[in-house]
Amino acid sequence: MTVWKYGENINTDMLFPGKYTYTCSTAEEIKPHLLEDLDPLFAKNVKEGDLIFAGRNFGCGSSREQPVLGLKAVGIAAVVAGSFARIFYRSSINQGLLLIECPEVVKAYKQGDSVWLDVERGTISIGSNTFSFPKLPKEILAIRDSGGLLPYTREKLRRKKKR
Amino acid sequence: MGMTFAEKILAKYGGEKKVVPGQILTVKPDHLLMHDNAAPIVSKIQPELKEYGIFSKDLPVIVLDHVIPAAAEKNAVQHKQIREFVKKYKIKHFFDVGYGVCHQIIVEKGLALPGTVVLGSDSHTCSYGAIGAFSSGIDRTEAAALLLTGETWLKVPQSIKITLKGQLQRMVTAKDVILFIIGDVSASGADYCSVEFHGNVHRFSVEERFTIANMGVEMGAKNAVFPVDDVTISYLRSIGISKSKYASINPDTDATYDRELTYNLTMIGPVIAVPHSVDKVKPIKEVEGIEIQQCLLGTCTNGRLSDFQIAAKILKGKTVHPNVRLLILPASRKIYLDALKEGLIKTFIEAGGTVLPPGCGPCLGAHQGVLAPGERCLSTSNRNFKGRMGCNEAEIYLASPATVAMSAVHGRITDPRKEVRK
Ligand code: SF4
Repeated sequence: MTVWKYGENINTDMLFPGKYTYTCSTAEEIKPHLLEDLDPLFAKNVKEGDLIFAGRNFGCGSSREQPVLGLKAVGIAAVVAGSFARIFYRSSINQGLLLIECPEVVKAYKQGDSVWLDVERGTISIGSNTFSFPKLPKEILAIRDSGGLLPYTREKLRRKKKR
Repeated sequence: MGMTFAEKILAKYGGEKKVVPGQILTVKPDHLLMHDNAAPIVSKIQPELKEYGIFSKDLPVIVLDHVIPAAAEKNAVQHKQIREFVKKYKIKHFFDVGYGVCHQIIVEKGLALPGTVVLGSDSHTCSYGAIGAFSSGIDRTEAAALLLTGETWLKVPQSIKITLKGQLQRMVTAKDVILFIIGDVSASGADYCSVEFHGNVHRFSVEERFTIANMGVEMGAKNAVFPVDDVTISYLRSIGISKSKYASINPDTDATYDRELTYNLTMIGPVIAVPHSVDKVKPIKEVEGIEIQQCLLGTCTNGRLSDFQIAAKILKGKTVHPNVRLLILPASRKIYLDALKEGLIKTFIEAGGTVLPPGCGPCLGAHQGVLAPGERCLSTSNRNFKGRMGCNEAEIYLASPATVAMSAVHGRITDPRKEVRK
């Protein structure tokens, strides 16, 4: 498992350049361009279970869900950041990508540290330090538990129709 | 205890008497904005659309603006899919190529009104706070779900109160004000928050308020809003909407804010956001003299009549520097026509400018005016991220229409307060 560490204000153009926004929409089309302008090695070397650590305001900028879809598709286990921009945050709920707002974790991490993520417990450990992150509100957990917003919406529509 | 604008409007839409920040509500917006991205949005839910249909044909507003006229076959195919969707589901509010930028159209056509809620699959949806609407950006998947159900969840945000005091100096504009504020609070300074503008706001026209609200998202805001006053009411009257057509919502005077900030407009001079972040804001004198190769005047931030008026005042009888391409991008067809009538377009063309069709043009880097490595663009748009104008090794500087016009003449970043002929 690799931790990919980046700075503050990582915007959506860095995560997925705007010039592709009307030409790439499937995961396969998106993957090769992930983080293209930020870190050319990322798309080449990222592996399932990897983590991204970053500073404040991760995902700021355009409403662009391709990076979320892409990060989910390559198997990023979670993005841990100081804070997230709100459209990106919603988008991640909608796609079922785990975001963890925990500036202390990002601060504590040094390259080479071992990292352990326990989603069930809501904890993340850096070496011998364990940090807990807050659970999502129940309304939002319901979306995640359904596997994302579209499956959640489908269930909702089906229930409504039955009634 | 009173409520802020966001608390009041979300309480109303969420069916609650009183709400607090952090509370989650189910809300039915009045409109849902989509643009060229309506094609990928609709394609996500083909089977559901077939089975359940759309929630309402009045809810969506679709404006083709991002890559228009189609730059490549792929865009053309998407536009065609959108037109077919519009026909099939009898979508009421559709604006094909040439009407203008979606955000301008929403306001110009009266689709966002004071006291209404509009969500849109575009980050600059926050613009409609200019006329007292609650508006905010969402992603494509959420837009797809809204098409089917007409509702979504919203968290009641904390609110920031920004009070503007004093008067602006000559040649200093709303764009300088909002860039200055973003420079001060940072790109994440208003994350998740509702930003309210108070104080000396009556001196700002709806067009100027639009520029300011438009950039709310550049400091992370969920929405940015101005009070509904005489300026708003007479603007709406001018587009044929009488006061009886809307119920405005203004914050209570005893509302509680997470933060309160005050800016003295008199102290603000022309400023520039330098690469590659909107909050890297500098007074113009620190960047004066930097050579530029392209100037962009327009977009949803600064492509309105008053922006063109101030630029034309500077460009009248002058020529654009031979090393500079000046691109003019009206925010809508109506603005384009008005600018033609006033002779502003003639001034731009005579000065050597190139007028692009009303839409997003080079702003998102997909076509029309993409930059080359090593080039610099001075733009009135709202984002200077690396790669934004299609080239990773180009630089984008953000400024007001006055600064862009003046700099286009000189071929370098130039203070608009210099040598302006009356
Ligand atoms: S003009 Fe630029 S910022 Fe405005 S909607 Fe178009 S691409 Fe977005």
